[in-house]
Amino acid sequence: MSLSLDEVRKVAQLARLELSAADLALMQQQLSAILDYIDQLNELNTDGIEPLAHPLPIHNVFRPDVESSSLPVEEALGNAPNRIGDYFGVPAVFTDEPISH
Amino acid sequence: MSLIEKTASELLALQKSGQLQATEIAEAFLNAYAAREPQLQSFMLAPDASVVRQQAEAIDAKRKKGQPLGRLAGIPVAIKDVLCTRGIRTTCSSKMLEHFVPPYDAHVIERLKAEDAILFGKTNMDEFAMGSSTENSAYKMSRNPWDTERIPGGSSGGSASCVAGGQAPLSLGSDTGGSIRQPAALCGLVGMKPTYGRVSRYGLIAFASSLDQVGPLAHDVRDCALLLETIAGHDPRDSTSVNDPVPPYTQTLDQPIKNLTIGVPKEFFGQGLDSEVESAIRQAFREYEKLGAKIIDVSLPHSPYALAAYYIVAPAEASSNLARYDGMHYGHRTATPGDLIATYSKSRAEGFGKEVQRRIILGTYVLSSGYKDAYYLKALKVRRLVKKDFDDAFQHCDVIMGPTTPTAAFKIGEKANDPLALYLSDVYTVSCNLAGIPGLSIPCGFTRSGLPIGLQLLGAPFTEEKLFRIARMYEAVTDWHTRRPKL
Repeated sequence: MSLSLDEVRKVAQLARLELSAADLALMQQQLSAILDYIDQLNELNTDGIEPLAHPLPIHNVFRPDVESSSLPVEEALGNAPNRIGDYFGVPAVFTDEPISH
Repeated sequence: MSLIEKTASELLALQKSGQLQATEIAEAFLNAYAAREPQLQSFMLAPDASVVRQQAEAIDAKRKKGQPLGRLAGIPVAIKDVLCTRGIRTTCSSKMLEHFVPPYDAHVIERLKAEDAILFGKTNMDEFAMGSSTENSAYKMSRNPWDTERIPGGSSGGSASCVAGGQAPLSLGSDTGGSIRQPAALCGLVGMKPTYGRVSRYGLIAFASSLDQVGPLAHDVRDCALLLETIAGHDPRDSTSVNDPVPPYTQTLDQPIKNLTIGVPKEFFGQGLDSEVESAIRQAFREYEKLGAKIIDVSLPHSPYALAAYYIVAPAEASSNLARYDGMHYGHRTATPGDLIATYSKSRAEGFGKEVQRRIILGTYVLSSGYKDAYYLKALKVRRLVKKDFDDAFQHCDVIMGPTTPTAAFKIGEKANDPLALYLSDVYTVSCNLAGIPGLSIPCGFTRSGLPIGLQLLGAPFTEEKLFRIARMYEAVTDWHTRRPKL
């Protein structure tokens, strides 16, 4: 199955990846080849087969609900691309204001 | 034989008998690292020589005082850069995590430290473990020590090249679709993907969570068993980690399996299998027959579809797992941010390499509205059929054997522009991950041009102990595992 350029663009947007026009075109060609290969699955009749999401027969593993220590603030913020005080600095979500540094 | 050609088990025995000190081991491998790294490019992060020396001295001092030591005392272990190491940069060979310093250790790293192993650098890999040649590293190209014009395999390529090249006696890798077994085969090593749930994934940077397992790479079966028995076991921080006791693999290793029945699936000997690889595998079957094993035909009728199912399931899970890299809390953030969505999209486009982007887009597509049933659910149904094939086959045999890879190591750049051709090198390894069963690759010969060939052993869930014993039967009557490349 081949993908249109518009479809690749839309999926890239959903995946939050900003791709150049050249990258989109290459991606379209390569993904179409991969999807062609994947299409062989349609040769198989899978009616009535239960999907298998996970190979182990374990479900809903619980732990005791007890307090334990969490990551100290300094360590949690240690990899922040932009730290403002004891917070992560991020772009404003609801306005057009630039990030404050 | 020089120190760097010895196995970890030999190095441990020499220390115990007082003939060798941990500091001598440390110096030998630090020297080998320095001498061979320009050629092999195995490491993302060099072993920290002063820390390695300090640890080795501390172990020698403890031994001198008669204090108890862990089972890997003084043994350098190289770590794939997909495993979090507290205070030590962990990049996944990605620009996205170029400056990432984990605030905690992966479970397997805690286990190594508890057994007095010496952490010996972080190894190069395909970015986020996506690839089969280590050419997808954002930083460097690791080389196959048997022929440095060729790839070491991947994604655990650096973990394979450093052990095969004598820079470390043991290493840890991770295997989502063959990423331990394939490089082990291409570099002449023993490598195991354990049963899903046997080893905790806590601190393993996630690629495809229902497929990923951490596992060992080593020169021989004993070392592989030793490293697995060190890292395996229950960890409440990974809800898929299984709470069953870990058998003492190294204790039972030399007990052959009586009345061994080997299942050989015809599906593993079809089109695309190199004739030299095939004849080495068939020769290995003859060795097993000489040892009294019975070889029977088994059928895995859905295995030809496993690769297609894998390339839906793995990218789908990856697209979800890698959504966390948004440039907000850690990882790369673009220097030219815009609004929130633009900041995400630029950070991710700059931070991720092409193969990672390709898989995220593929995964996003197969999970997207209107396509989820046709692709993702279809693949999960095929996954059930793949697993059932194995369940049925293991009713008739103790182990399934075949080639680990269709060809020996290919040249650097040979498949770089054809992602699908590269995916096909995983054709014999992915079904094991889909089914969650253990898989082991052991050396079984060389091509005429001197490239290693790997024999793959697949077992029923949690039969690692049996797989090691079966592998050891062959190893005991062959010498492939004792060969070392000339560097």
